[in-house]
Amino acid sequence: MNRTILFGILGLALLLAVPPFLKNYGIYLISYWLVFVIATMGLNLTVGYAGQKSLGHAAFFGLGAYTVAILAKAGISFWLGLPLAAVGCFIIGLGLGFPALRVQTIYLAFATLGFNTAVWLVMRNEEWLTGGTFGMDISAYGRPGLFGLSLEKNLAYYYFVLGATVVLSGLLWALLRSPWGKAFTALRDNPIRAESLGISVQSYTLLAFAIGAAYAGIAGALFAHLVQFIEPAPFAVGTSIMMYLMVVVGGTGYFFGPVLGAAVGVLLPEWLRFAQAWYLFVFGSLVVVLMLWLPDGLLSIPDRLKARRQAREASAARANAARAVGVQS
Amino acid sequence: MSAPLLKVTGLKKAYGAIQAVAGVSFEVQPGEIFGVIGPNGSGKTTMFNSVLGQIKPNAGAIELNGRDITGLSPLELNRRGVGRTFQTLQVFGKMTVRDNLIVAAQEHQGSMFGRMFAPSDSGLGAKADALIDQFRIRHVAHKKAGELSYGQQKLVDIAMAFMSDPALVLLDEPCAGVNPSLVGGISTLLKELNKSRAGSFIVIEHNMDFVMDLCHRIMVMVEGTVMAIGTPAEIRANKQVLDAYLGN
Repeated sequence: MNRTILFGILGLALLLAVPPFLKNYGIYLISYWLVFVIATMGLNLTVGYAGQKSLGHAAFFGLGAYTVAILAKAGISFWLGLPLAAVGCFIIGLGLGFPALRVQTIYLAFATLGFNTAVWLVMRNEEWLTGGTFGMDISAYGRPGLFGLSLEKNLAYYYFVLGATVVLSGLLWALLRSPWGKAFTALRDNPIRAESLGISVQSYTLLAFAIGAAYAGIAGALFAHLVQFIEPAPFAVGTSIMMYLMVVVGGTGYFFGPVLGAAVGVLLPEWLRFAQAWYLFVFGSLVVVLMLWLPDGLLSIPDRLKARRQAREASAARANAARAVGVQS
Repeated sequence: MSAPLLKVTGLKKAYGAIQAVAGVSFEVQPGEIFGVIGPNGSGKTTMFNSVLGQIKPNAGAIELNGRDITGLSPLELNRRGVGRTFQTLQVFGKMTVRDNLIVAAQEHQGSMFGRMFAPSDSGLGAKADALIDQFRIRHVAHKKAGELSYGQQKLVDIAMAFMSDPALVLLDEPCAGVNPSLVGGISTLLKELNKSRAGSFIVIEHNMDFVMDLCHRIMVMVEGTVMAIGTPAEIRANKQVLDAYLGN
């Protein structure tokens, strides 16, 4: 069996078995982590597989959250709000992809960052719609139900988020194994060659943004009902940078990179709370060390070990060949 | 003579005051291997990139099978059956050799939406395997292209250009940086492909032995203009070409 699938199944078994033994805060925290896994899976597609630098992902996360919250207030079901959040973000993501057709690298990052700021300002200033800095309390509308089952309790909602994560992971897995996945990788590695082979750089760039945005929108929708109170702060540029960090720390272009990266971004600061006031300093220092030691992310460790082993074997083979030549002469 | 596959008429391209290509005209016949030689700065690559839609010419017309393709993008040209290789290696280093070949032709299979649900190899596995065998790179087929030697990557690079069965392939210095033993191998492969697929090739190359052995006709460019077009024997005997480029 493929090692990646084996790790996936083992991880899933743990995620199914452990939470009933956790306290409420623990359950909340791993639900929060899973929401970020979904959001960063989308960003990993945009950044890691298609090679587009986006610092606007939190805007889609926020758009998804506000979509279901505003609709919930209007009495519209989460089950209509969720697909609307995904489709809405997909369409806006397509629009955000257009700058990527003209500019790349840091310039694209700034363009997307500007988009995030603009969206965040709308969330903060349009009080009539979003509640502005006072936020929107949606706890009164309750969490959604599923096939007659209540998801009101934290554990039930956790399993729902876990199910959504598994389904979305499966869809992304299938997408990346389809010809689209190869086209995204080709686009990232060498857009000029890709285009000369008939790969539409324009279409795949837009799709990479749009699908990534849709994942963030779904994550945002799940987030809204997890925290049940939303306000603009979690959707500011800082969160976009944090999401980008999660993708990089986990390993850009590695399928399970966002799982590890989001754990570092969401769970590690919690585990470091023993350091009290120093915990953010410790977290920041760890990230610096990690980036210096593993610029390709945590999941690059097996590849690095393999490369070292191959270099050792090649060196030994050369030494043997040199010895053989020496013996003959 | 049959109708030309490619017809270039009065092609011009200037960079500021420098006229890189100054009115180049030539035709490539179906099934022909057409060589382009000339000293550095003679305008070969500018002409090449103009034909391939990489840069827009200032004047002139380019026709493929009688249809105007002047100024079309590389993407549109690929869809019309024009393949190419680049002067420098352009493989997808993180993909396996087999995947490099598959991705080189997958966009010719079905619609874009359909490809989302298509099998990973787009039904091109057997075709990729055949080309892998023809290029004698079976032993590295499942290795990442970026892990191969320069020569092996060069073979993958060339093979990719043929995956979609293009009617015309433009090869930009296929022997650049390749060791002499492989040069002969590349020449044999290109001759085999020319025979088996009846495709036309345009080859830019500085290796004169390679060009003279491979090409049916050769165009010599000097200072952005065409100095001569002829068979290898005619080019070898052309005094003007000998004086300006080939020497004695």
